[in-house]
Amino acid sequence: MTQKLRNDYITKDNKYKVIVIGVSTGGLKAIKAILSVLPSEFALSIIIVMHRHKETDGYLERSLDGECKIHVKQADEKEEIKAGIVYVAPPNYHLLIEDNGTFSMSVEGHVNYARPSIDVVFESAAEVYGKELIGVILTGANKDGSRGLKKIKEAGGLAIVQTPETSEVAEMPRAAIAAVDPDYVLPLDELGLLLRKLESER
Amino acid sequence: MDSTNENDRIEFDLILQAIYQKYGYDFRDYAKASIRRRLRNQLSKSNLKTISEMQHKLLNDKNFFDRLLLDLTINVTEMFRDPPFFKAIREIVLSELKKQPFIKVWHAGCSSGEEIYSTAILLKEYGVYESSLIYATDTNELVLDKAKAGIFPIEKMKDYTVNYRKAGGLASFADYYTARYDNAIMDNSLKKNIVFSNHNLVTDSVFGEMDLIMCRNVLIYFNRELQDRVFRLFRDSFHPDGFLCLGSKETVRFSSLSEDFENVIENEKIYRRIVSH
Repeated sequence: MTQKLRNDYITKDNKYKVIVIGVSTGGLKAIKAILSVLPSEFALSIIIVMHRHKETDGYLERSLDGECKIHVKQADEKEEIKAGIVYVAPPNYHLLIEDNGTFSMSVEGHVNYARPSIDVVFESAAEVYGKELIGVILTGANKDGSRGLKKIKEAGGLAIVQTPETSEVAEMPRAAIAAVDPDYVLPLDELGLLLRKLESER
Repeated sequence: MDSTNENDRIEFDLILQAIYQKYGYDFRDYAKASIRRRLRNQLSKSNLKTISEMQHKLLNDKNFFDRLLLDLTINVTEMFRDPPFFKAIREIVLSELKKQPFIKVWHAGCSSGEEIYSTAILLKEYGVYESSLIYATDTNELVLDKAKAGIFPIEKMKDYTVNYRKAGGLASFADYYTARYDNAIMDNSLKKNIVFSNHNLVTDSVFGEMDLIMCRNVLIYFNRELQDRVFRLFRDSFHPDGFLCLGSKETVRFSSLSEDFENVIENEKIYRRIVSH
């Protein structure tokens, strides 16, 4: 019943419910930097889309889960999205979010040369969560995610981008900043702390 | 939810209703997020301004609908997709099934046929092709014709060869096709025991006594109710010792029929029916 406990302490009046994070190949360090400062009982759900090789076998999720306090797992098809859990998009599938707060998937063609594509997840999350959604773009060598981040902002959500100068590869944050007027542009070591602060906002 | 968003949803639902009433294709129980995404893409590709304009167009223009239909049914597939899965079929499933005098395989939602030929190759290499029958079904005639022809772009063969080897293939993959211009034509010896037919998982019924049902990356597009319907259909289409194979991210775990199936191979979505005594 640990699942139950996690959800018990969540108050209904949280301003935000879900955080979606987009990062491209090589972003493991950035993801770790953020997740490692989050407590095991975090009030929001986190969905991570990372570009990676199609035959990776879940090593990423296991390694993050082992090193972070918050629970990390690969998203399953039809799984209900719960608070206090980090879901990672599986390789070689697009990930989408249904109105009832469950995951769905698709193997349709690559978007921005990527599957999973950050835009696909961000756009579908924006449609479901509207102003209760936070979108984060981290390091990456691609323009994927900027369209989605724009959609999040248009739907009333919050847009956060890692400062290009602190990103291993600056192209993705730069493209996002060009497409959206982000609410926050911060170096990596401040992003996790910001998410903790936003967690308690009402 | 803001009202534009809400109105969009209503209009998309109306489009699905219109498609069903006019053309008989039932997408009403598909997972909505992906359907809406594809309808929206189509909307921005065409010169139409609103969703209701699109509804008018598809009701009055059959050609427009045909193009839309191709977009709504995802037909992305490859040979030996997820090689470890096909390795498990080769090493575990077929060694069970070969004990039977005859093997009936059903590829449900076979799309353009890449996986049918993958299975045919496995059956052949296992020496059981001659005593096997493969039923290949899809609801889309256009892709079914492609599957029947068994002609695939030659540039894909490099990837497929890699997949084939990773799946435990020992022969020369190039022996299974003839290269002609930009195409690879699958060998006739693979085709002769394949029966192609139109079958719709959403509306049609039980399909023979199958030893192996392959339905990979089809159910991900359905909502839970429709998935349940299809799992029931599969359960009732099984030979008692049959195997059900799903795509790597699909599971019966969240279905109301989860008690009827057990996962028999670790890390692969290969199930058998639990027969209650």
